[in-house]
Amino acid sequence: MATHELAAHAAHAHAAPQGFIRKYIFSLDHKVIGLQYFFLALVAVFTGIFLSLLMRIHLVWPTASLPFLGEIKPETYLSLLTMHGTIMVFFVLTTAPQGGFGNYFLPIQIGAPDMAFPVLNMLSFWTTFLGFLVLVAAFFVTGGAPLHGWTGYAPLSALPSAGPGEGLGADLWIISIAIFCIGALMGALNFITTTLDMRAKGMTLMRMPLTCWAWFVTAILGLLAFGVLLSAGILLLMDRNLGTSFFVPLGTVNGVLTGHKGGSPLLWQHLFWFFGHPEVYIAILPAMGLCSQLLSVFSRKPIFGYKAMVYAILAIGFLGFMVWGHHMFMSGMSPYTAFAFSIMTMGIGVPSAIKTFNWLGTLWRGKIRFSSPMLFAIGFVSLFVVGGISGPFLAQPVLDIYLHETYFVIAHFHLIMGVASIFGIFAATYYWFPKMFGRMMNETLAKTHFWITFVGAYAIFMPMHYYGMAGGLRRYSQGTEVAWIHKLAPIQQFITVAAFVTIAGQLIFVFNLFWSMKKGEKASDNPWEATTLEWITATPPPHDNFGGITPVVHNGPYEYSVPGAPRDFVMQTDAPSAARH
Amino acid sequence: MGLVLLVVIWLITLIGSYFIIAKTWWLPVGASAAAAGIDHHFTTTFILMGAVFIAAQLALGWFAWKYRDRGAGTAPAQYSHGNNTLEILWTILTVILFIGLNLASESIWATERFEAAKPGSVQVEVTGMQFAWYFRYPGPDGKFGATKPELEDASLGGAGALGLDPADPASKDDVITGTMVVPVNRQIEVILRSHDVIHSFFVPTMRFKQDAVPGLAIHMHFTPIETGEFEIACAELCGLGHYKMHGIVKVVSDEEFSQWLAAREAEKQ
Repeated sequence: MATHELAAHAAHAHAAPQGFIRKYIFSLDHKVIGLQYFFLALVAVFTGIFLSLLMRIHLVWPTASLPFLGEIKPETYLSLLTMHGTIMVFFVLTTAPQGGFGNYFLPIQIGAPDMAFPVLNMLSFWTTFLGFLVLVAAFFVTGGAPLHGWTGYAPLSALPSAGPGEGLGADLWIISIAIFCIGALMGALNFITTTLDMRAKGMTLMRMPLTCWAWFVTAILGLLAFGVLLSAGILLLMDRNLGTSFFVPLGTVNGVLTGHKGGSPLLWQHLFWFFGHPEVYIAILPAMGLCSQLLSVFSRKPIFGYKAMVYAILAIGFLGFMVWGHHMFMSGMSPYTAFAFSIMTMGIGVPSAIKTFNWLGTLWRGKIRFSSPMLFAIGFVSLFVVGGISGPFLAQPVLDIYLHETYFVIAHFHLIMGVASIFGIFAATYYWFPKMFGRMMNETLAKTHFWITFVGAYAIFMPMHYYGMAGGLRRYSQGTEVAWIHKLAPIQQFITVAAFVTIAGQLIFVFNLFWSMKKGEKASDNPWEATTLEWITATPPPHDNFGGITPVVHNGPYEYSVPGAPRDFVMQTDAPSAARH
Repeated sequence: MGLVLLVVIWLITLIGSYFIIAKTWWLPVGASAAAAGIDHHFTTTFILMGAVFIAAQLALGWFAWKYRDRGAGTAPAQYSHGNNTLEILWTILTVILFIGLNLASESIWATERFEAAKPGSVQVEVTGMQFAWYFRYPGPDGKFGATKPELEDASLGGAGALGLDPADPASKDDVITGTMVVPVNRQIEVILRSHDVIHSFFVPTMRFKQDAVPGLAIHMHFTPIETGEFEIACAELCGLGHYKMHGIVKVVSDEEFSQWLAAREAEKQ
């Protein structure tokens, strides 16, 4: 094994590039590629946030005339929500935690000089980037961006005559997702191979930091899920452009025959959610791994139940592929299958609960340091609990009869998949910024950012539960036409105000990020006194990560407050006698 | 900082729970036979999940404050890798809670969705199209007439919108309306169809929701137990007029229903 790994290292070592283009644009270095993913996600997240702001304005002031944009029409509102969802799910929640931080830190944390396939890594980033450009282009073509929602249910998404934006805009939307899938598949192969083949001597699987476990399992999910979405997207493109009928049955739009017959709208939903549910875990698992890591580092205490955490990640990954039907309880799918999907879905709550218990167990009798990464990690746990306990409502078909398509669903998935994951991204940024840029971020600004975002996230998403409980429906550009929804308008007004304040708070983060790159206090090699391998190397790490040295690992990743040790942390590479087992 | 976290997390928990317990915004009063059972299970789920929510948030806030770093020289963190007994205990408890909760609700689901409508129930075909609902009753012959997609023309309204085939004798006595009228305390069999894209027939007071899917005729049932007018809204994104696609279910006495249906038949003669 050891010889094989050394050979693998030698084979993948490449000289540091000199020119600007090879160093920063078409770089093969996983660290540069990680940063490229990170900045792509940063551009994407602010695009997505801007779209949500327009949606919030339209919901509360439907006839407002905005500078440059004019009045937002109902169909524009639907385009905004489609693009908001697509950008956020693919180009933020999938891109930043895995492509960004995973790319940068997985090789370093396992003691490798780079990813297994550096060229493939570069290609996967540029493919993803192309996908983003194609998606944004949908805004600028005739008819504008599609209005079929990020889930793209056929036949709405399959028939150009079904609405504005369903022409070229919808084609670009599908092509963008297909391109993204190709990039994600390349990335997944790279992550899996790197984790299995490139670990340093002594870095056994059960000594890997939980971040690495999370990236590894996320990559496996990506490999199995994105292939299915890619196929579904190609079939949908064929239905739209080549006259096939995979998803469209005999029918009419406005009394005009569509020319299709025999297709199944439910087939699209099955294929989409076979990808779509694992996608939730693709977004959240890296954040779970990272927060496990941070709770241990900043509590100065080993993670509570390391093995249970690993098994929980594996269980979530495995069960994640057996629950897709819970999105389809009201779809016309056989009601008998709802029983099976429901049981499996409640079952997936068990490993999630185990993780929460272990996070609390890690804080228990710790010695907590409230640095900004830790605040976001604690915030993550709080949000994860709220988003988690609304799950069992939606997982029961009996309650889903009422709650399906209401804002209760919006509240649930935004908290658990959106905001909790983004808290993971913020925590990762504050935690690894010193390693990536050699300087510390401003702690006062970081903490201000935390409090605004934490309270703001609750102020935006808690009321959405109430709106949904009272029957408020999602994807409604106006609530005026239905009496019971119209009565709930004050909740929407409150949410819009909360969204304005919270979004304004994000500017603090952007300012801090760029200001600290230039003006931040110089960081030491291990500012957080953490144990994992990225903290043994220079800041920022050299091209081959460890400056010609191949690290040898002797200890687990979470050896804090070891009795008898000289410091309250034992590095993974410290002599084995330093840690007691 | 630990104390601030405790106060903020506990306050959020308090405020968040208050609006649920006070039922400030809540489900509308149920008006169907299924509503009581569904609402009861809602309450059960809220109590159990609410307890988990409050306990976890209180513990999180408490630990953040209690186990804060009190400075150099104070006792170090406990060196512990966990506790297997606790892991097994809370895994078993969670399994019992989640799976038990799920099984407790399955009988309602079975009644609503596994069982077909009883013989003698009132049949109404509900058809969705961008962006309106049409309701069809089979008339005295008890049979729905054939429809053909090539005959559909929304601009004609009524029979024309549904593409009713005049050549089929069973179509002669079909009654088509824009408002759904049903008798109280009788089971209503709904046959859901769509012409174009997916719509979803949602009547919150009846605790009823089901997608209408082109190419499928989906049979469902519900039993209204209150008279009155109840709103219908479309609950599946169907295009730019989605938010306007609503309608009314009018629940009347059995007698009124018969009179209403007879009057519609008479109009056709």
